[in-house]
Amino acid sequence: MNNDSTADRYIDRPSRGTLGRIHSVMSMGGVDGPGIRCVVFLQGCPMRCAYCHNPDTWTADGGELMSVEEIAKKVLRYKTYFGKDGGLTVSGGEPLMQADFVTELFDRMHKEGVSTCLDTSGHGCVGEKLQKLLSKTDITLCDVKFTSEDEYRRYSNGSLAVVSDFLSEASKAHVRIWIRQVTVPGITDDTENIKRLTKIADRYGVERIELLPFHKMCIPKYESLGMEFPLADVPECMGKKTDELSRLIPDRYMT
Amino acid sequence: MEAWNGFKGTKWQETIDVRDFIINNHIPYEGDGSFLEEATERTKKLSHKLDGLFELEMRFGGVLDIDTQHVTSLLNYKPGYLDKENELIVGLQTDRPLRRGVNPFGGLNMTRKACQAYGYELSEKVEEEFLYRTTHNDGVFRVYNEEIRKARHAGIITGLPDAYGRGRIIGDYRRVALYGVDRLIEEKKKDKEALAANPCDAETIRRLEELYQQINFLGKLKDMALLYEIDISKPANDSKEAVQWLYFGYLGAIKEQNGAAMSLGRVSTFLDIYFERDLREGRYTESGIQEIIDDFVMKLRMARHLRTPEYNELFAGDPMWITESVGGMALDGSTLVSKTSFRILNTLYTLGPSAEPNLTVLWSKDLPESFKDFCAKVSCDTHAIQYENDDLMRPIYGDDYGIACCVSAMRLGKDMQFFGARANLAKLLLMSLNGGKDERYDMQIGPEMPVYEDEYLDYDKVMERMSFYRDWLASTYVKAMNMIHYMHDKYAYEKTQMALHDTDVHRYMAFGVAGLSVLTDSLSAIKYAKVRTIRDENGLIKDFETVGEFPCYGNDDDRADMIAVEQTKLFLEALKKVPTYRNAEHTLSVLTITSNVMYGKKTGNTPDGRRAGEPFAPGANPMHGRDKNGALASLNSVSKLEYRTCKDGISNTFSIIPAALGHTWEERRKNLINILDGYFARDAHHLNVNVLDRELLIDAMENPEKYPTLTIRVSGYAVLFNKLTTEQKKEVISRTFHEGI
Repeated sequence: MNNDSTADRYIDRPSRGTLGRIHSVMSMGGVDGPGIRCVVFLQGCPMRCAYCHNPDTWTADGGELMSVEEIAKKVLRYKTYFGKDGGLTVSGGEPLMQADFVTELFDRMHKEGVSTCLDTSGHGCVGEKLQKLLSKTDITLCDVKFTSEDEYRRYSNGSLAVVSDFLSEASKAHVRIWIRQVTVPGITDDTENIKRLTKIADRYGVERIELLPFHKMCIPKYESLGMEFPLADVPECMGKKTDELSRLIPDRYMT
Repeated sequence: MEAWNGFKGTKWQETIDVRDFIINNHIPYEGDGSFLEEATERTKKLSHKLDGLFELEMRFGGVLDIDTQHVTSLLNYKPGYLDKENELIVGLQTDRPLRRGVNPFGGLNMTRKACQAYGYELSEKVEEEFLYRTTHNDGVFRVYNEEIRKARHAGIITGLPDAYGRGRIIGDYRRVALYGVDRLIEEKKKDKEALAANPCDAETIRRLEELYQQINFLGKLKDMALLYEIDISKPANDSKEAVQWLYFGYLGAIKEQNGAAMSLGRVSTFLDIYFERDLREGRYTESGIQEIIDDFVMKLRMARHLRTPEYNELFAGDPMWITESVGGMALDGSTLVSKTSFRILNTLYTLGPSAEPNLTVLWSKDLPESFKDFCAKVSCDTHAIQYENDDLMRPIYGDDYGIACCVSAMRLGKDMQFFGARANLAKLLLMSLNGGKDERYDMQIGPEMPVYEDEYLDYDKVMERMSFYRDWLASTYVKAMNMIHYMHDKYAYEKTQMALHDTDVHRYMAFGVAGLSVLTDSLSAIKYAKVRTIRDENGLIKDFETVGEFPCYGNDDDRADMIAVEQTKLFLEALKKVPTYRNAEHTLSVLTITSNVMYGKKTGNTPDGRRAGEPFAPGANPMHGRDKNGALASLNSVSKLEYRTCKDGISNTFSIIPAALGHTWEERRKNLINILDGYFARDAHHLNVNVLDRELLIDAMENPEKYPTLTIRVSGYAVLFNKLTTEQKKEVISRTFHEGI
C-alpha cells in the first residue's frame, strides 16, 4: 500500500478512484436500519464520546484504504439477503468525515437497486457536500447523543446545533430519519431527556426512535488500546430501563 | 368408491400414484395461522400424562423399560395404549408406552449390550431363537476384509450401519390410507407375476423373494391393525381413519426395523385433503382436526429404539428422525402449503416444543408470505425446525419427495437409499502425510509409503499424496458399503417399508464426509501460510507449526471456500470409480449429526491449528470462531458447496442471538425470512436455525431441571438439550453464535 498521510486520505487516484478508509465490513447487521444490512465501518471519528464502544475507529490514519468498487463488490455479495427492506449501512467511525467516498458508494449502490443507510452523529460535513451525500441516502440513523448543548460539550466534542442542522438538511432531502440514543444511567435515562428527544423527533419528521442500553463490553478494547474507559464506574443499563423509557415515547415513533 | 367421494382425478385411482391424488385435490392455503385452535382439555390431559412418562424415562437413565422376552415385529406384542378411553389414534411399538422392544436382526451382540447398559439381560428365549439365525451384523463380519476392519478401527470411516438397521428408507405410508392394504397386495401380486417373465437370474430371483416378503408383511400389517380392532384392508373413509391407517403403516415399519432414521415422508398436505373434506361436510370442527393431529404427533413422539451407549455417542439424544417434510411448491406453480402445514407446526405449541417429529420446511421463494412468517415465528419460539431448499430440489426430484433423516431427499415410494455414514477427511490428510499410518494409533491402515520427507509442507505435493490415499479410502469405503447393503438386503430386508414403494425403485448409495472445514482450513494454511511438520521419535508427523495468515472457510473468501468445493468434488469422483451394489447411484453428504465430537476425538493435530481431540465443526459448518465477517459471509461460504456434488445433502447449523436479528420479534421474523430467502437464492441446501442466547444454554447446562423441554437444532435434527452428553453440550455452546455488532 502507498504511504498515506492523513492529509491525502480522500485523494482521487486515477487507478482506483476515490478511496475510503475502512475499519471493517460486517456481512450482517440485523439492527442497523431496516431489514438485513451489510455494515461498512469507516475509520476516523472526531467525536470522542465518553461512552464510545468503538475507540479503535477514532484515529483518522488507521484502517485500510479501499476503493468504492472494492467495497461495492463486497457488499453486493450479500444482495440476495437484502429483500425489499435491507441494504447497505455505512457506519463508523464517522461517515460524514469521508462524505465524498460515501456519496460515491451510495450512488453505486443505487445503480444496483440497493438501499443506502447512513449511521451518523451528524458531525463531519455541511453544506453542499452534505446535500450531495443526502441526495444518495435513503435513510439515516442519526445518533442524537444528548439533548442539551451542555451535555454534548461535557461528554463529547460535538454540538446539538450541528446535529439539528444535519437533521434539518436530511428532512429537506426527504431522507427517512431514525433517531437513536444510548441510554446511559445518570446521563440520558431521565424523563426530561426523553421529552426533549421526542420534541426533536417532532421537528424533523422522524419515523422512529431507538433507545440502546449502555453496556461496557468495550472495556477490553480500551484496555488493548492502552486507554481508560471514562465511564468505567457507570453501571450498565438494563433492557428493562430502556423499555420503561420507551413507553414515554409516542407510539408513532416506536414502529 | 365411497371412501373417495368428492376426490378429483382418475389416474391415481387406476394405478398407485399418491402424487397425482395430491395434485388433483390439494387446497393451497395462503392465509395466516389465525384459524388454528389450541389444545383441547382431552389433549392437554394426554399430553400431561405423556410428559410425566418422558420425565420418568429421563430419571431412569434414558430408558423406561425393555421387553427382553419378545423380538420386535408387527405381531409380537399385545396392543398397547397411552390412555385407551381417550386416545383418538392408537398403536404402540410394544404393549406399553415407552417400553422398548429388542431387535437383534441388526446384530445380537449390540442388542445384548444395549440391554445390559440399562440393567437388563436379553432373555434366554431370544438368545435361543437367534442361536440358529444369521443377523445382518454376522453377515457383514463374515465378509469384511482386514483393510475395512482397520479403517473402521482407526476411525477414518465411522458410523457404518453394520451393527444396526440402515434406515433412511421412507415407506410411502400415505398409500395405506388412500388405497387400503388389500389393493396394495393386489398390485404387488401383479408385479410378481410380471416378473416371472424376466430372465431367471440372481437379481430376478432376489426380487421375487423380496416381493414375496413384501406381500407377506402387508398381510401382517393388516393383522397388526386388527389387534387394535381396526380393519385397514380398505381405503380410509374420513380424517381420523386416514391418520390412523397412515400411522399403522409407519408403526409397522418401526416395529419391524430399527433403522437409524425412520422418516415419515410428506404427509401433512395429503392428510389435509381428508380434513378439508370433513370440515366442509361438517363431520369435524377445526378443534377436532387439531386433536387428531395432536394425537398422531404424540404417538410419533413416543417412538423409541433401543440403542447402545456407543451408538448414542454418535447420534445423541435418542433421535428417530421422524422427518416430516412440510410445504414446498408443486410443479404447476401452486403451493403445497395447506392448513395442515400450519396444523402440524402448531403441535409445537399445543404439545410444547419437541425434537420429534423432525419438522422440515421445504422452503421456496414462492411460499406464501404468511406461511414464511409463521415458520419464522416457530423457529424463534421453539428452535425446533429446519429448512431445506425446495427450489433447488424440486427440479431434480419433482414435487413429491421427502427428506429422510436430516438432508437426504428422495421421491416418495420411488427412491430408496443405502445409507452409509461418513469418511473422515481431516484424517485422510494426516494419513496421506504419514504414508498410510494412523497418527493416533501408529498403525498401518492404508497402503504403505514413506512419511512426507520435507520439513515444510508444499501444497502440490500434499495434493498429490492425497489423491493416492483418497482413491484408497474411497475404494475401501465403497467395498464396505457394498458388503453391508448386500447383507442388509439378505438378513434384514425392510419388508414393510419396501412394500410401500413401487416395485421398481431407484437406489442411491449415500456416502458422507466429516471434517470438511478442518481439511479446508488445513489445506489453506499449507497453501497460503508456512506449515512446518513436527515429528515424533519414529519420524511420524504428529504436529504442525503454522506461521503466517491464511484465509479460513466461512468468510466468503474464495481462496478457502473453493478448496472445500474442490475437495467434495474429488471425493465424489473417487467414489464413483468403484461400482456399487445393485448399481446404486453414488451420492455424497456433508453431514455429521453429532458425530463431529467423536470424529474430533479420533483425529490428531491438524495444520489449521486445531489440537488433537478437539471436535470438528458439525456438517458443512465453518470451524467455530473462524468465521469472522459476520453471519452472511459464513452462509455465503457454505452456499458455495455444490448440491449436484453433494446430492445427499449439505447440512449447516446457524445460531444467532435474538438481539442481533432485530429489535422486536416482528423484525426478527422478517429478517429471518430475508436470511432464508437470501441463502437459498444462492442455491444453498439446508439450514438449521437457532435463535437463542448462549447464556440460555449455559444456564440450561447448569440447571437442567429449569429447561425440561429446551429443544435446539444440532446437525440435521433437533434434540432435547438435556439428552446431550456434557461433552456435546459444551461443543454446542462453543459454536459460533452470530452476535452482529
